[in-house]
Amino acid sequence: MSTKNLLDFEKPLEELQEQLEKAIQIGSKGKVNTEKLIKELERKIEATKKELYANLSPWEKVQVSRHPERPYTLQYIEAITEGQFIQQFGDRQVKDDKAMVGGFGKVDGRTIMFIGQQKGVNTKMRQYRNFGMANPEGYRKALRLMKLAEKFGKPVVSLIDTPGAYPGLEAEERGQGEAIARNLFEMARLRVPVLCIIIGEGASGGALGIGIGDRILMLENTWYSVISPESCSSILWRNWDNKEKAAEALKLTARDMLRLKLIDGIIKEPAGGAHRNREKMFKVLKTEILKQLNDLTGTDPSELVRQRIGKFCSMGVYSEKE
Amino acid sequence: MSWFKRIKGGITTSTKEKKETPEGLWYRCGKCKKMISTTEHAEALYVCAHCDYHERIGSREYFGILFDDEPTEINASLLAGDPLGFVDTKSYADRLVNSRKKTGLNDSIRTAYGKVDGHDLMVACMDFTFIGGSMGAVMGEKIARAIDHCIENRLPLLIISKSGGARMMEAAFSLMQMAKVSAKLTLLSDAGIPYVSLMTDPTTGGVTASFAMLGDFNIAEPGALIGFAGPRVVKETIKKDLPKGFQTSEFLLEHGFLDFIIHRKELKSRLSLLLELMKG
Repeated sequence: MSTKNLLDFEKPLEELQEQLEKAIQIGSKGKVNTEKLIKELERKIEATKKELYANLSPWEKVQVSRHPERPYTLQYIEAITEGQFIQQFGDRQVKDDKAMVGGFGKVDGRTIMFIGQQKGVNTKMRQYRNFGMANPEGYRKALRLMKLAEKFGKPVVSLIDTPGAYPGLEAEERGQGEAIARNLFEMARLRVPVLCIIIGEGASGGALGIGIGDRILMLENTWYSVISPESCSSILWRNWDNKEKAAEALKLTARDMLRLKLIDGIIKEPAGGAHRNREKMFKVLKTEILKQLNDLTGTDPSELVRQRIGKFCSMGVYSEKE
Repeated sequence: MSWFKRIKGGITTSTKEKKETPEGLWYRCGKCKKMISTTEHAEALYVCAHCDYHERIGSREYFGILFDDEPTEINASLLAGDPLGFVDTKSYADRLVNSRKKTGLNDSIRTAYGKVDGHDLMVACMDFTFIGGSMGAVMGEKIARAIDHCIENRLPLLIISKSGGARMMEAAFSLMQMAKVSAKLTLLSDAGIPYVSLMTDPTTGGVTASFAMLGDFNIAEPGALIGFAGPRVVKETIKKDLPKGFQTSEFLLEHGFLDFIIHRKELKSRLSLLLELMKG
């Protein structure tokens, strides 16, 4: 792994990484035997990585969730379905939203409808994907696909990774609010199992718009909240400098969200984050998806919907004075 | 000789000619800046007699406008918790105490049922004065319970929205209220009970992106700001000036997201006609 794209808090890794590269270089010239040194350095890097990642602050987790090398929705789907996936486009009304993807795929002999926001892998694709910020068409496409899944009795897996719904002019004209609202309403009563997994960023209504399900899970180094720490800082502190504090205050990490009973579980990432061992991450996610769907399959659709509505209705802390 | 010539008059009025206006007698329109006596203004349902500007009003005023008699308020004693111990420049707990003291309200929404021209109706009405009408767990729970009451007693529901959106100090709990109320509305829908969503100035963020847009009838007061993202955010995103009238009620009607716009003085009569139509 190269030293580029190391996050600020990963600085201790940088030096070790450089030493390792040097050792490999010298070793390859064959004059000195560096095998032992290389092994030692690799062990050290692994240990440092583990230690760093065991104690990430909320803001550091936000940074990991946005790491440019992190796997995105389509990569998960392609890997999990081993290519048995047909992507479907368009909302049948206005256009195809590149920030939202979806389609049927097969996993271990079982057909699943996958939906999710899609981020771009390089500068050009990031623009093409609108940085994973869907327009109303994206939410309507997702709903169209979910209704299709319902029609054929197939479960839905929603992979969430967005910095928010796109706050643009056309988005407002075409009813961004209505599109998200409609999804909340329809997902609440979808008569097939729905599994939602935050695989990166879970920002506000943009995430929730495909986030109503029977089980809500988060990958270990992701965040989910009502607002990004930066925007929260700019609104409540009136500047951008309090993002660390905001990240802390929002209780947006997977661990916090589970403790607050707002999600149902956490999926562990490989040491050093999902991007450091993609193959392992794909495998872990696939196992988890199959396990969850097995649990949910067989429940009567009406009962499934009843429990789903009940689950969201139990969220909120308040008191009643006499 | 000065190089700058005053164009605007009125700022050179000498002190002895300046008029003092006693507080409380006169209302100065927030839009056209013209004055009108407060009694007349209240009689006009807080709509400016000069420019038709619909002044922001609260649950007390809306209940007064709509209900034939004093309505029965439910779940008035629900109080917000502070599940995250949220502190920004001030603690959320302090903000709550101050807002309660300042407004005399317990939270940003009140729910009450009663008669509107003889028709039964449940009204959930927001108060913008309480932390910007923001949506926290109390709002979610009050609406959810109001919906339960509507289903049990077969009452139509009116939600009057006036909110900046989610209450950041309740973070993800606040976000989940969007899910909670939307999920509850599916039950109201299944029961075949009408739900009218009245959007007033302003209705933005998470409120727009959930129950406010889910009415069987989506209606709005004239000139209200209604949108998902606030105009400032949209402007920063597109880096251009926004077109005139962007995100107003009239804009939403034109784009197909409202059934109709309703002047406040016609609110009660139109609503009672609507309730009558849903009966037959």
